Order: sequence, then C-alpha cells, then structure tokens
Amino acid sequence: MNTPFLSVRDLRVAFSTEDGVVRAVDGLSFDLAQGSTLGIVGESGSGKSVTSMAILGLHDREHTDVDGEILLDGKDLLTATERELERLRGNTMSMIFQDALASLSPFHTVGRQIGETYRKHTGASRHEARARSVEMLRRVGIPQPDLRVDDYPHQFSGGMRQRAMIAMALVCDPQLLIADEPTTALDVTVQAQIMDLLKDLQQEFGTAIVFITHDLGVIANIADDVLVMYGGRCVERGTRNQVLRTPQHPYTWGLLGSMPSLDGPVDVPLSPIPGLPPSLLNPPSGCRFHPRCAFAEKVHGGLCATDSPPLEINGGGRGTACHLTAEQRRDFFVDYATPQPN
Amino acid sequence: MFRFLVRRTLGALLILLIISALTFVLFYVAPRDPARAACGKLCTPQTLALVRHNLGISDPLPVQYWHWLVGVFAGRDYTGLGHCPAPCLGYSFTNHEPVLGLITDRFPTTLSLSIGSAVVFVVFGVGTGMIAAVKQGKALDKIASSASLVGSSLQIYIVGVVAMYYLSDEWHLLPRPQDSAGFTQDPSAWFKGLLLPWLVLALIFTANYTRMTRSQLVETLSEDYVRTARAKGLSRRTVFFRFAWRGAMGPIVTILGLDIGYLLGGAIITEETFGLHGIGALSIKAVRDNDLPLLLGVVLTAAAAIVVANIVVDAVYALIDPRIRLA
Repeated sequence: MNTPFLSVRDLRVAFSTEDGVVRAVDGLSFDLAQGSTLGIVGESGSGKSVTSMAILGLHDREHTDVDGEILLDGKDLLTATERELERLRGNTMSMIFQDALASLSPFHTVGRQIGETYRKHTGASRHEARARSVEMLRRVGIPQPDLRVDDYPHQFSGGMRQRAMIAMALVCDPQLLIADEPTTALDVTVQAQIMDLLKDLQQEFGTAIVFITHDLGVIANIADDVLVMYGGRCVERGTRNQVLRTPQHPYTWGLLGSMPSLDGPVDVPLSPIPGLPPSLLNPPSGCRFHPRCAFAEKVHGGLCATDSPPLEINGGGRGTACHLTAEQRRDFFVDYATPQPN
Repeated sequence: MFRFLVRRTLGALLILLIISALTFVLFYVAPRDPARAACGKLCTPQTLALVRHNLGISDPLPVQYWHWLVGVFAGRDYTGLGHCPAPCLGYSFTNHEPVLGLITDRFPTTLSLSIGSAVVFVVFGVGTGMIAAVKQGKALDKIASSASLVGSSLQIYIVGVVAMYYLSDEWHLLPRPQDSAGFTQDPSAWFKGLLLPWLVLALIFTANYTRMTRSQLVETLSEDYVRTARAKGLSRRTVFFRFAWRGAMGPIVTILGLDIGYLLGGAIITEETFGLHGIGALSIKAVRDNDLPLLLGVVLTAAAAIVVANIVVDAVYALIDPRIRLA
C-alpha cells in the first residue's frame, strides 16, 4: 500500500450538550489511499456522519471537542486555520449529502451553485463557470445540460438532483470525496445508476472516496475496504471480502443477518439485532455492544461488561474489537451463518 | 409576473368594492342621523329635510351606493357644489370639501410617518436580529432577545406621551412633533417634526423585527443547504448573506409589507398621541362627525394600502424564492 492520502489517527469527537458530554466518535483510525474507496457502515448515531463533518472541519467549533489527527496528503486538518480549510473544501476535498433537495439551495439555479464552487477555487469568470457547469452536468449524465443548467433544484427529479450534487462536488476535481449516504433517499434503480456514476468518475479522476452508509448491499457494490462502526468506535475492519464473507464481530454478523439474501432459502426469517443503538451520552460500560450481543455470556469472566476490547489489527489492516477468541468466533459464525429453515 | 399582477389587481378592486359596500351598510345601521348633525342647533323639520336632500341621503341605500360608485368611476354632479370629476369620492358632509382633496392633503403626513419609522425599525430590528442570530446563546443575544420582549409590550400612547414629556419638554433633546409643509417644502422642518414619532414607533416595532430576524436566521443557518455551501469552501460571511439571509428574508418581507400597509392606512393612535394630522386623524374626525363620504374615503385608503402592500409582498416574495414563481 502506498502512503495513504487520508489518514485518520485516534479521532475523538465530543459535543457538550445540556445533558452532558456526548462522545460521538471515540478513538477512530483509518487510512485511505488515492483512488480507493473506504466504506463506513453503522447504524444511526454510530458516529459516521460526525466523522465526515470533522474531516471537513464543519463541526460546530464552540460546542465540539475534536482530538487526534486527520492528515490529508500530510497536512493536519485539525490544526489548519479556517482560511486554509476553506481553500481545501470543495477543491481538494468535497462532500455529497443524503438529501439533495434540502442540501441544494432553493434560491439559486443548479448551474450557479456548481459554478460558484468553481469560481471560488479557480477565480474563473462567470462565463467560464457557466460553461464548466454545463460540462459537469453533461458528465454526470443530465440530458440537455445547456438548458437544465438554468433550472432550480426543485425542477429536477430526485436522481437528477443527486447527479447535480455530484457534479457540484467534483467540479474542481477533488482528490477526496466524502459521500454521506448519497443513495439512501433514492429508489433502487436510480441508486444503482448513481453508484455506477461514482465508480466511473472515480476511475476517470482517481478520487479517493469515503462512502458512508448503513446499507451493506451498497458497500458490497462500491467499497474496497470496509470499516464497521458501533457507538462511535470501530468494531471491525478489513477488505470488502474479509468483512462481508468472513466477518469476525458479532455486530457485523447481526448486520448481515438483518439483510435478506437472494441466493439463500426464502423461508429463512431475518434475524434483526435486538435492542436499540447505545446512548452516547451514557454509553454502556466495557464493550459498547455487549447489552445487545448474543455471545457476551460466552466470554470468560464477564469481561464484556467491564473491559472495552481493543481493536486488534493483524496483517493487511484486518481488525476486530471483540473479547471472543478466534476459535470461538469461527465456531459461532458457522452456527450463526448456517440457515435454520423453519 | 404580468399575469400575476393583473389577476391580483382585479382581485384588489373586488375587495375594495366589497369593503365600500359594507361600510355603506354599516354606516346606516348606526342609529344616528348625519343630517341632524349637519343641520345645526336651530333645526326645523323643513331645514332637516332640505339638508337631507342636499346630502343625498334621502334616496334608498342601493341608489345612494350606485351614485357613489358612478362618481368614483365617471364623476358626479352635485347641486350647489358643481361637478366632481372622476375619481370622485364625494364631498364631506360637514365642510363640503372634496374628500379626495382632504385625503391627498393628509396622506403625505401619514406616508412620511410610516416610511420614516419603517426605515428606522427595519435597520435596527434586522440589524440586532442578525447580531443575535450570529451570537446565538451569548450575552449579546440574550440582551437583544429580552430587550425585544420589553419593546413589544410597550404601548404607543404611554411611551409616546412619556417620550414627549421628557425628551421634548423637560430635557429639550428632540423637537416636539408637529405637522410640516412636507419634505419638498422644508426638509429640515419635516425631519424635526417627525423625528420623535419615528423613534417611538420604531422602538415598538423594532422588537418584533429583532425577534423575527433572529428566529428566521437561526432556522435557516441550520438548513442543509447552508452546510453544503460551507462544504463548498465558501466563507462564513458569503454563506450568511447569500444563503441564510436569503432564506430568512421572505417572512420578514411579508410582515414588513403588512406593517407598512397598516401604518399607511392611518396610525390612528400614533397620530392622535403626537397631534399629527394624517389619515388617522382624518378617520377620527369622519367617525365623530358621522361624515359618510369622508369615512368611506379613509376606509378605502386604509384598505387600499393593505391590499397594495399585500400585492407588493407577494411580488417580492416571488423574486426572493423561485419556488413561489411557478406555483
């Protein structure tokens, strides 16, 4: 692996709220190489989006404590000034959001919003920016881009809005793209088109992508590496095949078990993870997953409730944070993954 | 936009028509005889009948209304007073002056009072609201928010009188309010005569604009598109004015339009408090004197001000928000 383009080290993000301190991200580390895709998976409130906001420096600085290190091409973003960050945002690193209708300004034309980013970072004229907007709209597959460039977001369909958002994010050829649930609000066919578009554009520009989602199907489609988050921590990571084929953490088993399988027997019921995501205001002691974990009692000495399992990384960045022994995991996973027809 | 304006103007005319008819009816429901007032102290039944005929109030109600309407659109002849060209609002029962002339005479005072105070309260209200929104939760925000609460509970007939007593009479800081010949005649007298009413009106209205601006901005600042704009690398200032403020403007413009419309229709209590002679003072006179033509005139002026303000607000709103344009 060449030197990572984005390197996050021991990231900790805490908000002070009226009720206390919320540790939304608690010691997260990962690397991302140029041109590759990291999928971050987790439930709502697992710290996925907070991580992306911290990378862009868009968290509310007054109520948020951010610790650790975020290196973008060797530059620490957490010590960068606001001006330096403004120069990077939209230019070297950019972001696409989940709800394209709410995330695009209703008051400005699509073309103006795309061109605005371009003008800010290249100093292009209004005319050049418009030409660039048309070109970007064409590239993301908007029909008749020279006409649609003057439309407002509410005149676009859902899929077209997300394409326009991608055009806006890529207008300055960024080297890092953070996609926060970009396909969640779209129907499945459009979802597939957007994924294909992102993959094509990534090939063309060599962009590194952080792809945040709760959808393992989407991860299987796009990610090179996968990081599973739970309660603000990484519980498991590895390549796509490692995490999806031979998952090591009971939480990942649970995520996979909650998904219908197309090639398995149809009468196997889904097995959702019982319980609710943990409160980050007052997180469970020890392993944050233990109150919902079916295997916690199998761990000797009730360790799960008292000690937080470290993320053990072995070769190639594969890692799991669980007290179960490797042997136990192998046995339990075989039991867990074997379909039990009813 | 053109079709929108035509449609709204027709609607406005209909509203004014209905209001004039209602005023007519209500006037006659009141059990007072305007002829008796006009007739004076030494009134015989004969003179009363004559006065009644001269005032044109011996005809049945619909006929009277019809005559009045025709007068508005085509002009009207009055026995003894001569021809009144369209748009004719008739002659005052009490002093036989043309109503239109009375209104156009008084309107500049009301216009100056309204627009002048609007400039002051918009500048201060929106300004403090913006500061409060940016400094959310800090001391400045708390001061602005509580001050605006106090401000909105003030009443002009108390603040106005107190302000006149102390600021003008006792401490001689501001000149006493008075009517002037108008901005074009003597700008300095105009300004001095209206300064105190402007400030007092603004004191009361500012509060509302502070609160509204603050809450609107707090809301739009947390919108997703504001976050997106920041993620594009735009500076805080650009994002604030180009995105958040743009979104906050609509509701503020709406309330501003209605407030100005209301003030233009005659700030009755304000004018009475400061002894200014605008449309508000004229309406009091019309009611006191049972003067139907004058009453109709001021009621229609007030209604027209509000209706026009509404049309302007809708047009401006469409300029601000493209989503309204196509609907």
